[in-house]
Parts: sequence; C-alpha cells; structure tokens
Amino acid sequence: MGSMATATAAAVVSEIRVREGRIMSAYLFNRVAQAFFVLWAAFTISFVLLQAMPGDAILIKFQNPDLGLTAQQVAEIRASYAVDSPVPVQYARTIGNFLAGDFGYSVQAGVPVASLLAAHLPATLKLASLGFLLAAVLAGVIAFLSSLAPFAWLRGALQSVPSLFISIPTFWLGIMLIQVFSFRLKLVPVINPGPWQELILPVVTLAVPISAPLAQVLVRNIDEVMTRPFVAVARAKGATRLWVLWRHVAKNALLPTLTIAGVLFGELIAGAVVTETVFGLNGIGGLTERAVGSQDAAVLQAIVVLSALAFVIINLAVDLLYPVLDPRLRTKTGAVA
Amino acid sequence: MTVIPGPFPPVLEVENLCIAYADSSGERRAVHDVSFRINPGEVVALVGESGSGKTTTAQSIIGLLAANGRVERGSIRLNGTDIARWTDRQLDTVRGARISLVPQDPGSSLNPVKTIGSQLGEIFRIHGALRSDEIEARVISLLARVGLSEPALRARQYPHELSGGMRQRVLIAIAIALKPQLIIADEPTSALDVTVQKRILDLIDELRAEYGAAVLLVTHDLGVAADRADRIVVLKGGRIQEQGATGAVLAAPRSPYTRQLLADAPSFTAPLRLAAVRPSIASAPDDIVVVEGLVREFVREGGGSALRAVDDLSFRVRRGTTHAVVGESGSGKTTTIRSIVGFDRPTAGRIAIDGIDVSGLTGEGLRQFRRKVQLVYQNPYGSLDPRQNVLQIVTEPLTNFLGLRRSDREEKARTILARVGLPEEALGRRPLALSGGQRQRVAIARALVLDPQLVVLDEAVSALDVSVQARILDLLDELQSDLGLTYLFVSHDLAVVRQISDTVSVLKDGRLVDGGTVSDVFENPRSDYTRELINAIPGRKRRAAA
Repeated sequence: MGSMATATAAAVVSEIRVREGRIMSAYLFNRVAQAFFVLWAAFTISFVLLQAMPGDAILIKFQNPDLGLTAQQVAEIRASYAVDSPVPVQYARTIGNFLAGDFGYSVQAGVPVASLLAAHLPATLKLASLGFLLAAVLAGVIAFLSSLAPFAWLRGALQSVPSLFISIPTFWLGIMLIQVFSFRLKLVPVINPGPWQELILPVVTLAVPISAPLAQVLVRNIDEVMTRPFVAVARAKGATRLWVLWRHVAKNALLPTLTIAGVLFGELIAGAVVTETVFGLNGIGGLTERAVGSQDAAVLQAIVVLSALAFVIINLAVDLLYPVLDPRLRTKTGAVA
Repeated sequence: MTVIPGPFPPVLEVENLCIAYADSSGERRAVHDVSFRINPGEVVALVGESGSGKTTTAQSIIGLLAANGRVERGSIRLNGTDIARWTDRQLDTVRGARISLVPQDPGSSLNPVKTIGSQLGEIFRIHGALRSDEIEARVISLLARVGLSEPALRARQYPHELSGGMRQRVLIAIAIALKPQLIIADEPTSALDVTVQKRILDLIDELRAEYGAAVLLVTHDLGVAADRADRIVVLKGGRIQEQGATGAVLAAPRSPYTRQLLADAPSFTAPLRLAAVRPSIASAPDDIVVVEGLVREFVREGGGSALRAVDDLSFRVRRGTTHAVVGESGSGKTTTIRSIVGFDRPTAGRIAIDGIDVSGLTGEGLRQFRRKVQLVYQNPYGSLDPRQNVLQIVTEPLTNFLGLRRSDREEKARTILARVGLPEEALGRRPLALSGGQRQRVAIARALVLDPQLVVLDEAVSALDVSVQARILDLLDELQSDLGLTYLFVSHDLAVVRQISDTVSVLKDGRLVDGGTVSDVFENPRSDYTRELINAIPGRKRRAAA
C-alpha cells in the first residue's frame, strides 16, 4: 500500500466508495425485506392467538342475559360478523383487508377500528416521542456528568442514579409526581391543564425508567472507550478531558447504546399503557386495556400490527444510523482487505 | 526557572523518580529512583522487558499515568521547570506542543470514526496554533512530509482504510506538528511488519534531525536501541541497571542484566544451526511435509475479482528439521498454515503430511490426522482456557484421542509438563496465575502430549520478552533433538528464524520469493524482498562493530 502509485490512489479510493455503495444497497434491501417478514409474522402469530382464545367479542357483548337474546339470535349475529367462517378464510380475508388499509370494525365500540386509532394515536405518539427524547437527554446528562465528575464519591453517586431509576415502579412514580407537583407545589394543574401542560408529568413518568438502562449502557461504554489508546493520543495532543469526551469518546460510545435504544422501544409501549392509565390520558394504552377486557379482536389485531410496525421502523432507523456514525460499517470487506 | 550550567541545557531531566500504583492491597511501587537526562536533539533509549517500568516512566513524563498511578517522589524537569506535580490544566499547554507522543499500536491509536485530516488538524485547533483556514493546507503538507502518497485524499480517509505503516506515519505527523522539543516514542514499531519498522524508524530519525527534537525511545528491543539511540538506559523491575553511551553499553556492559539481554537478543546472537549441519539433513531424504502448487482464493464481498491469498506455493520439509515460513502480514503464511493443519481447504494443489494427502481427509480421518500435527499459537494469553488448570489443559487432548485411563492420562501429562520445565506446583494453577513464558510452556506441553510428528509454531515466541524467548527457543531445540520432532516455524522475525531454522521459505503476496537452507537464503538472497527483510533486522550497527 505504501508504495502505491500516486495516479492509481484516486482510482482505488473511488472504487472503494463504489463498492461501499453496492454493499450498502444490498444491506438496505435485506433489512427492508426482514422488516416486512417481521410484520407478517407479528400479524400471523397474533391472529392465531386471538383465534385460539375461547369466546369472542360478540359472545361477550350479546350473550349478556339482560339483552334476552336467544342462542339462535346470537348465532345469527355471529354469522353477520362472519366470525363463524373457517379460520383460513378469515385469515385470508383479514390480511387482505389490512393490506387494503381496512382494519375492520370494533364490536364493542361499534365504530371502524381505523377511526378508533385515529382518535387515540396522537396522544400516545406525543407521549412516547417526548418520553423517549427526555429519556435520551437524561441518560446523556447522567453519563456525561459522571464521567467528568472530579471526585470519586460524586462519580459513584451519579452512577448509582440509573439503578435507582430502574427500580421505581411507573405507577408509583406517576402518583408521587401528581402528589408533589400538582397537589403540594401546585406547579402543574390537574384540572383543565393546557395541551402541553397535561403532558409534563406523564412524559417524566415515562422517561425515568427508560433513561436508566440507557444511562447504564452509556456510562459503561464511555468508560470502555476512555481506555482505548486513541484517547491517550488525543490527551497527548493537549486536549482537555471535556474535549476528548465530546469529540472522541461520545460518538464511539453512542454506537452500542443505539442498539439498546431500539430494544427499549418495547418498554416504551408497555410504559405508555400504565402511564396513560395513571394520568387518564386518552391514548392507545387505554384503548388496548379496554379491547383486552372485551376481547375486541379487530382492535387488538390492529394494535399489535401497529406496534410491530413502529418497532420495525425504529430498529430499521437504528440499523441505518450505524453506518452513518461508524465509517467502518459502510463496508464489511474493510477488515479483510 | 533554575539556571542550568553548560552550553546545552538538557531538554528533560528526570531525577529520583518514584512512581506507585494503588491497588486493592495498597500502593505498589513500579518505578524506583530513576534518574536520567536528555539533551537537545539527542535520542535516548529506555530499554527493558515487560514490567520494567519503562512505559510507566514515559507516561509520567507526558502526564498520562493511569488513574491509579502517582508520582511519589522525584522531579521531571522540562527545560528546567519541574512538571511532575502539574495539574492536568497546566499539562494541557505542554502536551502536544512541547512534548509529544508516538504510541505503540497504530491500529487502535486513531479514532475510528474521525477522518485522518480532522485528527491531525485537531492539534492546531487545541493549541490555537493556526487560523482555521490555514489548517487544511498544513495538514496536507504534513501528510506529504511523513511520506504518504496522495495526502489530500488521505486526509479525507478513515483510519481503517490505511495500512498499519500509513497509520503510524499519520501519528508521527501528529507528534511533529507543533515542533515539540521532546518526542516520546513508546515502542513505535512493535506492532508493525519488519520492513515497515525500519522505514518508520528511519522517518523518526529524519524528522528529529530536521525539527531538532530530542527523542525518548521506549523499546524492548536492544537491537533497535543499538541502531537508533545515542544513549541507552537499561531498566529492570523499575530500577535502572545501567546507562551510558550506546557504544559503551553494548561493548562493555557493566550490569549482569545487560549482559544477559545482549546474550538473549536474537538480532545479536550467532545462528545456532549454521555451523553444525545435523546428520538428519545429510541422511536419506524423508520429507514429512510436501506442499505442491498450493493455491487458495477468497471471494470478495461486494463483487470484484477473487483474492488470491496463496499463489502456487511449493516447498518440502525434511523429517527432524525446522522449516521457517517467513512473511509479513498479508503474505499468505497464515492461510498456508491453516491448509497444512487441515483447518482450511485449498482451492488447488496438494499437501501431503507424512504421506497422507490432507485435502482428501474428512470426518474421522481428519480428526485422527490432527493428532500428528499440533499447533502452538502466538498468544499464550488467548490460547489457553482460563477456567482449566494446567494439568487439565494438558490432559484434555488425551481424552479426545487415546483410550487411556484417567490415571494414565495424568501420568503422561505430568511427564510432559516436567519435560517442558514447568515446576510441579504449577500444575494446579490456572493460566492467569502463570507468566507469559510459563503459559507458552503449557501450550507446548499440550501440543506434545499426543506425540505428534509435526509441530506448527505460529509466531510462538513473538509475544514473549527476549530473555523468555531465548529460554523457549532453547527448550524447543532440546525437544527437537530428543524427540525427533519436525517444526514448521511461522514468523515475521528473521533474526529468530536465522537462529533456529534449517530451511526457510520467504513469502510475499502469497508467492514464494526465496527458499532453501538458511545459510543460502541469508548469504545469497535471490530476491530484493529477502534482501530488504535482512536489512531490516535491527542491531546491524553492533553486528558490524563486533
């Protein structure tokens, strides 16, 4: 390499970039195909499980003795909803409808599932994205401060914050926050809050447990990157600790943290259900809770697919971010050549 | 500022330096009363083996001791100012500007996610030495100065796109960027191929002269120190054994330790084999290894032509001799070895070991074949299971092959462990509790316990300190004559190869460029590449003087 002719160097570099591009587009194609497979699998598994449940939404709604319907009449209603046709037929029909954008009809609410989702999704999206953002900021602040802390005791104290955060139950934190900030300090109104005011406490409640594992991974990665020789070289250039942390360590430590961030999205959905219940928010969490209670299969099916879609998109975004952050991942042949 | 008498005040004066590391059991002193000085433009070599305190001393000078390290006593005077107890903030003004560092391992010493240009340009930004619009031009001229082709392109590339030698040139460019008075070069070439080593050391020499910097060269290799340093400081166990002008130390070493080091350094020792041609070579030809027309191709990911790692390689090894396979990284020596031991299937060609065609073997046949051919790896830290004790490690191969009773297996393992010189009390220990030399003895015992015909030594002594290396080479030699073993010795170190081999194959880019008996190849090299390799062996100055 050292004796490489000057004229060919430019050609070699541009050839490398072309090859990187080819590898990247093959990679992208694979990942998107995988994403579709995951969606299909989520749909199928949830469909089978919902079918396997004894009883269904129609039985629950109409077998109520108060309604005084005969077994014959219930069977007729079931036929009209087409829930008595063979499972493979139902499967084919449902998947066809989903592909066409029709999520079916909620038996319990008596409205199309699509309009239920439209009513409940915005609140959850706002809560989840703000919660995740705050979690990321919290994790970053904890990790950076603990790595810059001048004293061992301060460092230890900061590093134990995530363990504390992770062990707080979401419902308890939510109730405590309402108690302290709304009732005692009267900082956030509980009655008729503004559209953003009502989000403050739920977002904090959601962010705290999610920031904990993020911060733990980030702290560990920063510590690990700090021991690498290039950090010593940067220090030998005369760079301050802050300079090294910000310009050399941060990007390297962020890479493994991204993976965790993708996985934590699941936690986010679970956390949102509890948080929405505690704060009485009208989101997907509450919708899920009610749909489970009434075995509203169409609603549940749509929520599962929607969650899977969100999960797939987040993880796809994470995977596509890697090569942006780490040039070594733009080509897998780099290690061999 | 203290006034220093004399026409040339020293750049660096280290006096009675004591450094301790804190661990769970308290403080342990690693450097004891070390004193030396470096005059302007001088090269001083700090020579020692692992644990000698040479790196600790160097780190303390640039203020980069590990977090648990502490300067207990003594002073480090840079141009007369004691910086031993300076805070990080004070040191930041000195680091990079007046003292700089060329690190040991260029592979991990550059930030993988930043371009070469930004990492070199950074030093000007940190010290505010240049206006930001001047930096790029300066970066490119520096990259050109350290010998990189297409410097403008290199500045936009990432570290993983450069070879080890090129990365070390970048790190040298960083070290000289602000024309420091002192460059600390901490084993600057130990991770590089031999021919690259020489070029890098030449470059440091050249730039030192051009920029008038003094160099503190930290090295384990007396040969390198002999060639490059004006003065040598020999360290052992954190104490200075002796110091003085290079010629004087090498010609008349005063301390027994220096004498020992000189005797053990392969670059200085006379070859063991050249004088006595052993009877086995003279007797009837009996080739245990026959490699004919070996080719191994790898398919490149993302298209492109196949990569030919080994290209039409042929050589033979006579029973009871040592054959060296020499080459730098990418020469195909590892691929060749993997094919010979049956880990990898060649694309074309024939390999016969003791009359058995290796490429035809599968399943049980291949498993039985592995008994005959055993491997000793380079890294004695990674090749032993940390959860097994020494006896278990050596007994395990017997469990796999011979249907021996447990007590017989242990008996056999104990015999061989005693044979490789491991004390009885070490048998119950785990690898972590052993020294590097002891671990390599365990690895050798594990290879020998199955009574193999051929032992492949894959850089088996490269990771060891010279004095340990010398003992292991003695052991290998002894075992060979006692047990009639054949060695295939894979190495990048020609000095060691010359010392213990009978015949040699020199590989470059997958091809055989030179081959024959060691004396032939060393005295009448047929290829330029072999000549270059021989010239790159450090310690020529001393050999020439002797």
